Amino acid sequence: MSRRDPNPQHRRVSIRLGVLALCLGLAASACSASDEGAPLVVSAASSLAGAFEELARSFESTSPGIEVQLNVAGSTRLAEQIVEGAPVDVFASANIAAIDRVVDSGDAATQVVVFAHNTMAIGVPPGNPANVASLTDFDRHALILGACASAVPCGSYSDAAFSKAGVTPVLDTREPDAGALVLKLGLGEVDAGVIYVSDVVGAAGAIDGIDIPPSENVRATYPIAVIGDSGTHPLADAFVAFVLSDDGRAVLASYGFDLP
Amino acid sequence: MTRRVPTKPPIALVALAIVGVLFFLIPIVGLLVQTEWSELPTHLSSDIVLDALRLSLIASVLATVLAAVVGIPIAYVLARVPFRGKSLVRALVLLPIVLPPVVGGAALLFALGRRGVVGEPLYDATGIVLPFSMAGVVIAVTFVAMPFIVLTVEAALRNLDVRYEGAAASLGAGSWTSLRRVTLPLIAPAIVSGLALTWARAFGEFGATITFAGNIQGRTQTMPLAVFVALESDRGAATAISLVMVVVAVLVLVLLRDRWWGKR
Repeated sequence: MSRRDPNPQHRRVSIRLGVLALCLGLAASACSASDEGAPLVVSAASSLAGAFEELARSFESTSPGIEVQLNVAGSTRLAEQIVEGAPVDVFASANIAAIDRVVDSGDAATQVVVFAHNTMAIGVPPGNPANVASLTDFDRHALILGACASAVPCGSYSDAAFSKAGVTPVLDTREPDAGALVLKLGLGEVDAGVIYVSDVVGAAGAIDGIDIPPSENVRATYPIAVIGDSGTHPLADAFVAFVLSDDGRAVLASYGFDLP
Repeated sequence: MTRRVPTKPPIALVALAIVGVLFFLIPIVGLLVQTEWSELPTHLSSDIVLDALRLSLIASVLATVLAAVVGIPIAYVLARVPFRGKSLVRALVLLPIVLPPVVGGAALLFALGRRGVVGEPLYDATGIVLPFSMAGVVIAVTFVAMPFIVLTVEAALRNLDVRYEGAAASLGAGSWTSLRRVTLPLIAPAIVSGLALTWARAFGEFGATITFAGNIQGRTQTMPLAVFVALESDRGAATAISLVMVVVAVLVLVLLRDRWWGKR
């Protein structure tokens, strides 16, 4: 009580200043999105995180003043964000279904182009302590086994692989994305999990990968499109062209992606 | 302890309070607008929702009980027992409030996982694996939620006039009797509100649970995890589950408030 300003006039001023500061703060954050020379916002599927980080940095270095902001999440969620009006300029998805949602809602400004493929692999802790050899090991109750949730592309591809292999998996966890599964594999907490080949390459030795034969494997398709129902970002087409260029393809190949 | 209520509340304060309440209300309106009411019975009777609700209720109640059994003694020691490094211990106990829950879950995995510092000897000796189990859910949720009861009860103990306990002692009550007959009844409202906060935090816990306990329907998939997964595929189901969480949480918090503090 003793610290209270005895002059009521002062008190009123300070409350008004507080309200003013709050409003200014809200206005500033609401405005920044529509500034001239705004960064290029690229929404990329979780499995593209490493490759697109490198692609974005390379693209920025092609000309001064370019800024690329990556928005990485599950493809389904990214599509949802775009349909709900998120200010996104380019969308790179891990499946056709997610980008189709964006096309159907009229948010895609260009043709959809397939820029990469991926296949599935079995990830295991370094040295494969549980001696996992194939998808048929995924019905061993003694092991701790994982896959992605069926709702995200890496999970639906895993489900397809299990059914091609004729296996009913006894899973101990369905992770929200492949990255979470890679962490648990690297720690040795999960004995085996179905992930992308690109996750094995991207983990750089933190986990080992076991090939799934083509007869049991599925091929993931990565499409890309420029986003914007009214006008597009001036650099959006250039970024997509860069992803499709020889330089872009080299980056994708180095992360374990197959190229169309 | 008399309460002086000013006859007229300052208008600016009330205006800001209204803005604040709207801030909480608007997202709930958004949730209600998104809800497909005709589909609601189908979503709510699905196995996914029923399994998740059962797991959430069991895990949050067990976590609240555990938090009370261990958390109230921590609060007592912090408030009443002088020792060196108390502020460090207090910071440690409150850390889960500040820590992103995913980090808390990862730390639990490093410590209690099958290859963890404590988890490995436990696994070698007993074969028990804590992650990816119901026990793992309870551990993750307790870790994140317990600080709330410690915080609330310690504050109440500090504000308690020690003369009450002094009087009890001078009348021949031992320290245990005085705790049971004098201290605990005096801080009962704080304990109840601490338990309510702890339960609420436990019921809504997501990050530590999915990181430490994984996500399997019927075993470790609590309501927040079910919402998260459903958001990827089926927004109708996601809003339906969210709505159940809102209703259960409001019911529990309102009933507790009316029961223990009386309507004001």
